Amino acid sequence: MKSSVLCVGYSNKMILHIFLRPTLLREQHYHYLKKGLRHLSDAYECLDASRPWLCYWILHSLELLEEPVPAAVASDVCQFLARCQSPTGGFGGGPSQHAHLAPTYAAVNALCILGTEEAYKVINREKLLDFLYSVKQPDGSFVMHVGGEVDVRSAYCAASVASLTNIITPTLFDGTHNWILSCQNWEGGLGGVPGLEAHGGYTFCGTAALVILGKEHMLDLKALLRWVTSRQMRFEGGFQGRCNKLVDGCYSFWQAGLLPLLHRALFKEGDSTLSMSSWMFERKALQEYILLCCQNPGGGLLDKPGKSRDFYHTCYCLSGLSIAQHFGNKDLHNELILGRDENRLAPTHPVYNICPEKVARAIEHFHRLPVPNKENQHLGNP
Amino acid sequence: MSSVEEISNPVVENLEEDGLEEENTVEEAEMEYEGPVKGGYIFYRDRKEWADLEPVPQDDGPNPVVKIAYSEKFTDVFDMFRALLKNDEKSERAFALTAEAIELNAANYTVWHYRRVLLQALDKDLREEMKYITAIIEDQPKNYQVWHHRRMVVEWLNDPSEELQFVAEILSQDAKNYHAWQHRQWVMQEYKLWDGELEYVEELLEEDVRNNSAWNQRHFVISHTSGYSAILEREVQYTLKQIKKAPHNESAWNYLNGILQDGGLSSYPGLLEQVTELQDTCSSPYLTAFLVDLYEDALETNSSSYDQQETLNKALELCKLLAEEKDTIRREYWNYVSRSLQNTYGSGDPVSSSSDPPPPSSSQQPDTEPSDP
Repeated sequence: MKSSVLCVGYSNKMILHIFLRPTLLREQHYHYLKKGLRHLSDAYECLDASRPWLCYWILHSLELLEEPVPAAVASDVCQFLARCQSPTGGFGGGPSQHAHLAPTYAAVNALCILGTEEAYKVINREKLLDFLYSVKQPDGSFVMHVGGEVDVRSAYCAASVASLTNIITPTLFDGTHNWILSCQNWEGGLGGVPGLEAHGGYTFCGTAALVILGKEHMLDLKALLRWVTSRQMRFEGGFQGRCNKLVDGCYSFWQAGLLPLLHRALFKEGDSTLSMSSWMFERKALQEYILLCCQNPGGGLLDKPGKSRDFYHTCYCLSGLSIAQHFGNKDLHNELILGRDENRLAPTHPVYNICPEKVARAIEHFHRLPVPNKENQHLGNP
Repeated sequence: MSSVEEISNPVVENLEEDGLEEENTVEEAEMEYEGPVKGGYIFYRDRKEWADLEPVPQDDGPNPVVKIAYSEKFTDVFDMFRALLKNDEKSERAFALTAEAIELNAANYTVWHYRRVLLQALDKDLREEMKYITAIIEDQPKNYQVWHHRRMVVEWLNDPSEELQFVAEILSQDAKNYHAWQHRQWVMQEYKLWDGELEYVEELLEEDVRNNSAWNQRHFVISHTSGYSAILEREVQYTLKQIKKAPHNESAWNYLNGILQDGGLSSYPGLLEQVTELQDTCSSPYLTAFLVDLYEDALETNSSSYDQQETLNKALELCKLLAEEKDTIRREYWNYVSRSLQNTYGSGDPVSSSSDPPPPSSSQQPDTEPSDP
């Protein structure tokens, strides 16, 4: 069943490519996103504990499409996220839900995308730091929420929000980099916890967290590079999440997004043989996969042909498309836009996955504020 | 419809096309006027045993965003749940309600947390809870919360005796379920249940030699029991045997590479010969890449068994073959490997990136510093 769907998708892809220049369905995606930011059908009941994620996926997709968010809507998002903030710090999946690192990550990212004073002010930094300490474990890892599970996503969520809001204390990430490093396995990628199979989502989280902590050089970068480049599918052009599994549009970001991180890490190590024109994956092939196989004609993007659209895939397919289109940074920039120029998306920051200007603005804003003083309240590791 | 594969995708399978559920049809609108009882189901707000509790509506604010069109049942259950939470009620009826809430959204970790508080406060039968969580996981095996809950109950009972069989059951339905493997590894490490696992892995590999999760588990078991030193030859031979059965299986090649990393590929006696022999019948980009790795190791260790210049040339030749013919999707990567090898082990002019002129300064690389735009 799966292989026949893929074959049909693949031959459709060839037909589309030969007869049409691949087109990003901007209008359709915009309307899908605009509506979703306000209303979602009851099919979304399963994401009732992830509503900050919905805000982030939609806002990030809109910023990649360079569609502005009206000021009133932006303000409404701020007020909603403020209701998701827990009195004890961090954000939950909806009003009155317990704080959890995943919606915390999403809420902070969404607020940074909005980038207004109102948005920044929503975040209670002191309480956020309390929350991070409350989920910190002695071995350097973090649980996702009080009484919850540990895996490498939590370290990324914690590092991301702490670095953006400038609340990193000397002890907050004690032992964290070592715990993340222990997730790198015999395959070269990272698993969710030490011992598990290498997986694109977890590998991204672990690597990006280490970049934030300034410890990415401690990974076996060569082994990681070999693993991630091997995840691009030679026929489909997109990426798989794990060896010998199927392609999925969302890995366009989780996997391809590793290449900019590794490029920079290797450069910092003194590598003089890095390409000066491209990330180390087949950019055209990935763009083809996304544009020809992952778009819903009615708007929204998806895993692979035959699957339903959703806002998660819309966010990560577009993020991956942006990564494939843009090499470099403001100084050394090279664009490879497959199809019409109108397919061009805004660049995205490979660590935080929000636009680079928004990262800079947030960091600038929060670095004017002092790091909350919590050392005497939260004892470090013995 | 085939399910969403990967657990990093927080979206539940079978999320239907939103366009189809936009508005209520006329018939549906009429049905809502049926009154409080719908096919025997009574909303909690209408149940007399709950009359003392005032439901707490969700506080989405005056201008909601990402507003979900909850069904009436969903709203009713969660309004009541919020009321319980607000009063911190610890009762049987609260416990029963958590099951209703979980059924409506098994990803609501706040409800799960509350259920665990109640399990302890009411001193509930944890054996019964095991039956419950078993059923829930069977129904929704790709959810984080259900597996975490099971782990908590196992810990409280301090009884892992059903776990390996249960996980095997789940894996029989999806042999790559990441949560299942995570739970399995946790049980094995926590309770030191290593016996029979290698046999189990081999069964799985018999069923599907391409099951990368099984190869990972193989590595996990051996690393935590005998280690690789004493049994390396056995593993190498096992892996080569699997390669011969399915030459285009990347997992087996990755495993072979993975287990020989520490000792060094080029130092393993007879390996180059064994792999070269496979070239006629088992040729694949993975075999070629393996040879590149082997030659690279020979160069790195400055092995006296290998002529350095000849080894470099062979490695570069294979990289070129992969980039231009056998593995073109990874062209950029193989060209980089070539340049790196040339740069590190080549004699003569230093190699710079691709065909671009050498950069005037080392600052000509993209900078993705967290603080930089």
